[in-house]
Amino acid sequence: MSDNLTLPEQQGTAATSSETLLEVKGLTKHFPIFGGFPIKRKVGAVQAVDGIDLTVGYGESVGLVGESGCGKSTTGRLITRLLEPTAGSITYAGQDITHASRRQLAPVRSEIQMIFQDPYSSLNPRQTVGTIIKSPMEVNGIEPEGGREKKVRELLELVGLNPEHYNRFPHEFSGGQRQRIGVARALALNPKLIVADEPVSALDVSIQAQVVNLLQEVQKELGIAFLFIAHDLAIVRHFSQRVAVMYLGKVVEVGDRESIYNRPRHPYTHALLSAVPEVGIEDEDRERIRLAGDVPSPISPPSGCRFRTRCWKAQDKCASEEPPLVQLSGNRDGHLTACHFPEDPTTQRDEDVVLDPALKVLEEHASED
Amino acid sequence: MTTLTKTEGTPAPNGAESFLSVRDLKVQFSTEDGIVRAVDGLSFDVERGKTLGIVGESGSGKSVTNLTVLGLHNPRTSTVDGEIILDGKELVTAKEKELEQLRGNKMAMIFQDPLTALSPFYTVGRQLSEPFMKHRGASKKEAKDRAIQMLEKVGIPQPKVRFDDYPHQFSGGMRQRAMIAMALMCDPDLLIADEPTTALDVTVQAQILDLLKDLQQEFGSAIIFITHDLGVISHMADDLLVMYAGRAVERGSVREVLHEPKHPYTWGLLSSMPRLDGDLDEKLTPIPGSPPSLLNPPSGCRFHPRCAFKDEVQGSLCSDTRPPLGEGRASACHLTAEQKQTIFIDKIQPRLR
Amino acid sequence: MLQFIIRRTVGALVTLFLISAATFFLFVAAPSDYASLACGKDCSPQRLEDIRQALGLNLPIVQQFWDFMTGIVMGRDFPTGHCSAPCLGQSFYSGDMVWGTIMDRFPTTLTLTLGGAVVFLVVGVGAGMVAAFRRGSMVDKVATGVSMVLSSFQIYFLGPIVLIIFVYSTGWMDNPQYVPITQNPWGWFTGMLLPTLVMATIFTAQYTRMARSSMIEQLAEEHVRTARAKGMSRKYVFFRYAWRGSMIPIVTVLGIDLSSMLGGAVVTEITFSLQGIGRLAVDGAVHKDLPLTMGVMLFGAFFILLFNILTDIAYAWIDPRVRLS
Repeated sequence: MSDNLTLPEQQGTAATSSETLLEVKGLTKHFPIFGGFPIKRKVGAVQAVDGIDLTVGYGESVGLVGESGCGKSTTGRLITRLLEPTAGSITYAGQDITHASRRQLAPVRSEIQMIFQDPYSSLNPRQTVGTIIKSPMEVNGIEPEGGREKKVRELLELVGLNPEHYNRFPHEFSGGQRQRIGVARALALNPKLIVADEPVSALDVSIQAQVVNLLQEVQKELGIAFLFIAHDLAIVRHFSQRVAVMYLGKVVEVGDRESIYNRPRHPYTHALLSAVPEVGIEDEDRERIRLAGDVPSPISPPSGCRFRTRCWKAQDKCASEEPPLVQLSGNRDGHLTACHFPEDPTTQRDEDVVLDPALKVLEEHASED
Repeated sequence: MTTLTKTEGTPAPNGAESFLSVRDLKVQFSTEDGIVRAVDGLSFDVERGKTLGIVGESGSGKSVTNLTVLGLHNPRTSTVDGEIILDGKELVTAKEKELEQLRGNKMAMIFQDPLTALSPFYTVGRQLSEPFMKHRGASKKEAKDRAIQMLEKVGIPQPKVRFDDYPHQFSGGMRQRAMIAMALMCDPDLLIADEPTTALDVTVQAQILDLLKDLQQEFGSAIIFITHDLGVISHMADDLLVMYAGRAVERGSVREVLHEPKHPYTWGLLSSMPRLDGDLDEKLTPIPGSPPSLLNPPSGCRFHPRCAFKDEVQGSLCSDTRPPLGEGRASACHLTAEQKQTIFIDKIQPRLR
Repeated sequence: MLQFIIRRTVGALVTLFLISAATFFLFVAAPSDYASLACGKDCSPQRLEDIRQALGLNLPIVQQFWDFMTGIVMGRDFPTGHCSAPCLGQSFYSGDMVWGTIMDRFPTTLTLTLGGAVVFLVVGVGAGMVAAFRRGSMVDKVATGVSMVLSSFQIYFLGPIVLIIFVYSTGWMDNPQYVPITQNPWGWFTGMLLPTLVMATIFTAQYTRMARSSMIEQLAEEHVRTARAKGMSRKYVFFRYAWRGSMIPIVTVLGIDLSSMLGGAVVTEITFSLQGIGRLAVDGAVHKDLPLTMGVMLFGAFFILLFNILTDIAYAWIDPRVRLS
């Protein structure tokens, strides 16, 4: 392993990397639910992730967006093998790691690292920063040139912290600084892939940009591939070259950034984009899509297309037949959509779509006055 | 003391009808580590039927301010100075009983997390009925009818059935709708919404924000909308107050503040935010450092340690003297109006596209 | 809910059976042998054999256990007479039926437990609530201070002091003793007053502190703040909103305390020379009296399991999230 941080060992040359680093096929995770009488048994399952396909190229940053309960965090935990997949396969650098044992996983584990959402609970409060960042090297028996301590100081500097703070404890740092410590820890083993699960959503607005910029530098300069999991569409757009949109355990649309944000086809992607509140866009400029209700329970998801219960274009076919994730005519290469009745590839629309019953009534009432 | 006569001495700026007027509000907490100056000399006005947005990060004092307006601060550990005048009535010196008459009646609050903000022990219906029975002297039956009507209005399906459900049987979005229904039970003149959509998903957030706007049309309440999200506030508010470390740093209409911001902190907030239509080659410009501790806040302008433009101000004004916030459209900064204009056009505006 | 109770009851019965088995076989496996102990110094093999025969110790161990367990359900016959269900066997030491002995002693323990519970629930929880309601006031400071001092006391320390003051030196009270309530209610009351109060004092202190802290925790809950924001009065919010949540930790500890007290308040009983279940347990252990030890053990275990179920039912009553899940 190279010790030199400034020399990327894996050149992430182009945005569209030809070589695949991580490939996920039909990945599924069902959490069983127990209950029943008189003897407890499995009575159902939370279908957190239900057969998703995803690829991440060398040095590529892929965004995974969706709302709570869509399975994006579970996906991250499956890929880092913190959770055991129920079905499907995970192939990392040509090696099947789906059910790899601890021992088989050891060489790979150092190459896939994770950054967590909460910078407060993900750092051990009783360890110094130095110990926290050093521990992955110790666990994996890696002795960098010049010693571990030197490497830790280099990492601290790299993430924008004072190397002198080696012996301080996490509580002496602010939220943004703690997240930098988390980044330094993830970088300690020169990973090839970092799974970042909502890395900035616990931070204040003015601090978020600091961490996003740091991650972006790390990604570009060290050529590390990222799976960036977040609910904030603007941040994902800023960070990711390709984006996958998840809904209730399924990927409903995936494609390059330009396609997802400017030429989306899936009604859910349209709804998401329309829902993002934006500074500078006047309300009159943009037609609204307002869905009805909340996301259904992943315990008993709707049949067929899972979005159909909240979709304004749903027809009988949507209930009976699950739409495959395919390239629709007019889509660019790699832009796949799972929808029977896709929208036009634009974010402009002629009129509001308001499904929420309360809004409908109130607005009809208001327009009569 | 229940008559709501107008006192003379509360002129509103610009002659607009000021319904809530806060003047030089100071809130301090005594903690084991020392005194926290959570709010330090804050003044603002809310017009009847209008929405004031208060934007700030954690620790800016935006939530404390509004708990103080309702008198929900802890009297044991906090001291409040200044004036809060709601429709002619002074609230800082008001007795607890008088405040109780106003809360949930003339002024109501919507909290951030509807799961923890609703009691798990009582049905949604009961929690909705209580304020109506207390303030309107309504019977149980009347309160139930009103609650069902309100639940229907906010879009809860089968309100008659859901009336008897407990909060944990509602989904997140439904819970926040119930919370809104509860706040509107007595048709309040002032509604304080503290990050009401932060705990919700984007699509649900959009529904709830529209719902609040539509309900405001119908009920005519003034709203104080507290958030850290500039996007949300641009959608919701008429006027905007930007807070930093317990003080207001900029005030104006939403358009003015978001399109021609005048304070370096507001510039920082806007340039650090990624946008859906932003230029992807343009890097985000974060505000360096982190918000100060209110135990030991910076002297002078509280933003000066993080300010990129303090060198353009003569001498040590920024670290010595607190910049005043004028009336109306104003920003609390020692930069001259021309300097602000030049910096905004030359350095800030290009970042925002 | 009914399903839940049935399931828990079945579980409790299985647990009781396992406890019996564990106690029984551990006791038998222990190196001491009751027969040779009872036989005394000049023991002949013949005498030892006779004692074994009389106590049923010559039977295979599994047989002995089986007899004991079936006795509980169906009753048993001993050479000295019939022992009707629930039969916990015959004491080796005294020859009395264990169930009868326990029933004789139980009223003392029950009085102590229930009397104490009334005091520490009313005074202890009450004081804690008042302290929380008037947090920071003089009342709070006194309640916190006193409960701090009292909870560091021990019964064997406080008991003798109280006895010296009220009984030996002033003679205001008689020596504590148990008089059946049916016989002489006043004698029952005065006889048990001192031990009950002394025991309750220490529990009161603990309950005051617990009630205060759990109430303060509840008062900081967001839903309590919401109720205040609706204009509900401080008192209303305190008794309607905060109260329920604060009961959960109290109910938990109460269940543990009551069940262990009903299984015998050893220290209190010994301090005040009362003949309760706790005393019986000590006797059984000292005399290596297997049936008595088994009996007291099972009796105590029964209460622990019973209160376990009652605590869970109380949770369901307090919290609809438990009830409806």
